[in-house]
Amino acid sequence: MSRSDNTVKKFFEKIIEKIILLNGFACILFVILIFFFLAKDGLALFKVSSPIQFFFGLLWNPLAEPPQYGIVPLLLGSIMVTLGAIAISVPLGLACAIFIGEIAPRWMREILKAGVELLAAIPSIVIGFIGMTMLAPFVKNLFGLPTGLTALTGSIALAFMAIPTIVSIMEDAITAVPRTYKEGSLALGATHWQTIYRVTIPAASSGIVASIMLGIGRVIGETMAVMMITGNASVIPHSFLQPVRTMTATIAAEMGETVIGSDHYFALFAVGLVLFAITFVINFFADMALHQQKK
Amino acid sequence: MKPQTKQKIAFTCLGLAAVVVIIPVIVIFVILIDKGISAINWQFLSTMPRMGMRAGGIYPAIMGTVYLVSGTILVALPLGVLAAIYLVEYAKRNWWTRMIEIAIVNLAGVPSVVYGLFGMGFFVIFFKFGASILAGSLTLAIMILPVIITASKEALMSVPHSFREASLALGVSKWQTIRCVVLPNALPGILTGTILGISRAAGETAPILFTVAAFYLPRLPKSIFDQCMALPYHLYVLSTQVPNVKESLQYGTALVLVGMIFLLNLVAIIIRSHMRSKKQW
Amino acid sequence: MTLLANKECPVSEKTGEMKPVPDRANKITVEDVSILFGEVRALNHVSFSVKSNEILSVIGPANSGKTSFLRAMNRMNDLDIACRMTGSIRLNGQDIQKEMDAEDVRRKVTMVFALPLPLPMSIFDNVAYGPRRHGIKNKRKLAEIVEKSLKAAFLWDEVKDRLSSSGMKLSGGQQQRLCIARTLAVEPEVILYDEPCSGLDPISTAKVEDAMFELKKRYTQILVTNNVKQAARVGDRTAFFLTGELVEIGETGKIFTSPRDQRTQDYITGRFG
Repeated sequence: MSRSDNTVKKFFEKIIEKIILLNGFACILFVILIFFFLAKDGLALFKVSSPIQFFFGLLWNPLAEPPQYGIVPLLLGSIMVTLGAIAISVPLGLACAIFIGEIAPRWMREILKAGVELLAAIPSIVIGFIGMTMLAPFVKNLFGLPTGLTALTGSIALAFMAIPTIVSIMEDAITAVPRTYKEGSLALGATHWQTIYRVTIPAASSGIVASIMLGIGRVIGETMAVMMITGNASVIPHSFLQPVRTMTATIAAEMGETVIGSDHYFALFAVGLVLFAITFVINFFADMALHQQKK
Repeated sequence: MKPQTKQKIAFTCLGLAAVVVIIPVIVIFVILIDKGISAINWQFLSTMPRMGMRAGGIYPAIMGTVYLVSGTILVALPLGVLAAIYLVEYAKRNWWTRMIEIAIVNLAGVPSVVYGLFGMGFFVIFFKFGASILAGSLTLAIMILPVIITASKEALMSVPHSFREASLALGVSKWQTIRCVVLPNALPGILTGTILGISRAAGETAPILFTVAAFYLPRLPKSIFDQCMALPYHLYVLSTQVPNVKESLQYGTALVLVGMIFLLNLVAIIIRSHMRSKKQW
Repeated sequence: MTLLANKECPVSEKTGEMKPVPDRANKITVEDVSILFGEVRALNHVSFSVKSNEILSVIGPANSGKTSFLRAMNRMNDLDIACRMTGSIRLNGQDIQKEMDAEDVRRKVTMVFALPLPLPMSIFDNVAYGPRRHGIKNKRKLAEIVEKSLKAAFLWDEVKDRLSSSGMKLSGGQQQRLCIARTLAVEPEVILYDEPCSGLDPISTAKVEDAMFELKKRYTQILVTNNVKQAARVGDRTAFFLTGELVEIGETGKIFTSPRDQRTQDYITGRFG
């Protein structure tokens, strides 16, 4: 190989390495871009409406005169559905993760894991569709309600969307607990169950916390299923058995009807910005917890 | 109570919980197949919708999803793999790398509807792509980027360090080592992760709502600047926006969507098991 | 010990043959080299030289710095960010740190590792890997190089009928000779061996050593080994490292019969290490 060939090759490789470097930085760039473009349009709302009206306003009604852009009912709707979903999915997910990781025989473990992966693969629109056509009538009849599209229905459907996330991370955390811990406990005469709840679960606790956080992140950002199931009434919710409206559903349902550059448009971006901030914080702490677990 | 009895009760409860998680999965599939299979025939898959979507097929929605998915791979795969190569092969352990990792974790957690907003603000309006396949694919690509990066990182890290040393010791450059030794051995893992990411993109609705999806467009798109229909959005429209749609049409659409996604997942599983059986190290 | 005796004769005979080599010039000059990993000193102000076409055995107990030294010779230490080196190593008079880039150094000074490391590809592709990366595309040329390299590594007869089967299916000794063939294919000037026989049985070891004798005609070789007997069998000269210092270097015969330093004496007679 001649000298000049070599120089050309080295120059070419320098360029490739620069491109690779740029790609690594692109991830940070995207986060910044997302934040910037949400903030650009979201903060424009505060030219016409004060932040106090937005963050503490108890009414979301873009069609009223003057329009009302108070995020409180939407925020409460999101929180309520999320709490409900977490209350269902965390105990179920933890139990399922312990069963898969510690108790189930090999063949059953494979089936259960495949089932959980299958659940993860079902698109949210399909969960929403089944929830609307099957689960809502069931809830309606069970409680004798005028409509089955309630916060509870949404919570149940979302719980099943959060379970795959929760189970897989919890199971990783549980199986990562060193064997010696468990054997130490068993050798002292503790039963398998005592070992699980006295040794394994405390040792896996930061992974379990992370899984709950990520589950919350998954649920609070869920859009289509919520929009189809929760009834979309933008009122301050008082009970799980009444319709609510979440932040995500509001954006998805109303964005199609707004004029680009209108106050309503900016208000929806402001909601998106709040959503972004919430998930950012949740994910940040979940990642910290996972790092803790690794150490 | 004796500890053994306690253990029996506890284990039974845990087992029941696992059953409670699995049963809905089975129920969903049984319902979809039971109610949807009757709608599915060649005509349903290959013709345009008619009569305001109350009759006819879902061909443009299927093709729209195929276009979107292809566009998404084209953008996300190189971007994701190169970013993973940077993180595994080049990045030093410092705060800057940690920042990139945190950014990826947060990208993975951003709600899909926020991606939709971003796609609209950035690609549709700022870059003036309009609601188009291009804008939709780019939005979906950024959404699945973290999935591809994470899977590619794991695949690259699973290639033994000794392979890299063996190649470098022969005077082969770092990039050639990556291209000729590391990447070929990481490829199955990268592909598996990519397909799983893609299957997520195929099923998402919220990001395409304002960036590409057409409510009713009974023709195929003409270019990447054209809008198109997409299966998940079509299912949304059929089930909430159009009154008096036959139930079998809705379930049929849902079944086709789920079927497509499972086909993708199946391919990923086959690649994974094939790789395990062929692996020599 | 009989093995040792049997092997020593051919060595001296062969070194006898090598005498006509014109100048036995210094191939590598090591001047005042120190290596640090973070705060830990792996090598402490070492200076010596390696002559063309000789085999230098490097012996010493664990943590004596011999592997760090070997990896410094072809800049493999660059891969470890924590590693720093001072002093200079010159190849044919050129400073490998300052006057050459790492790839050129590694191409001229290649390395055979402790564990056989065939790449996950066919035998042919393993040997052709280096030349291909360095720009040789011609199939006939590649086939020639592969055959020549495999023959030089004493592997050709064993694998010539299955060049397309995986390099990982060979036995340990065959794998190690495949690795030698792979390094020969890039036409190096110096070959470094990092305990190349540590995982091999005596018969495979003997075959690898045979290959090394044969290679003396064309290459300068440095062998790091934990096996004192192997050092005695193979090396023209031997260097003894202890805790990062070069205790003694000299003709193998002299080192093993009348070492100047008590510590060398102790090590080769098996009192420690």
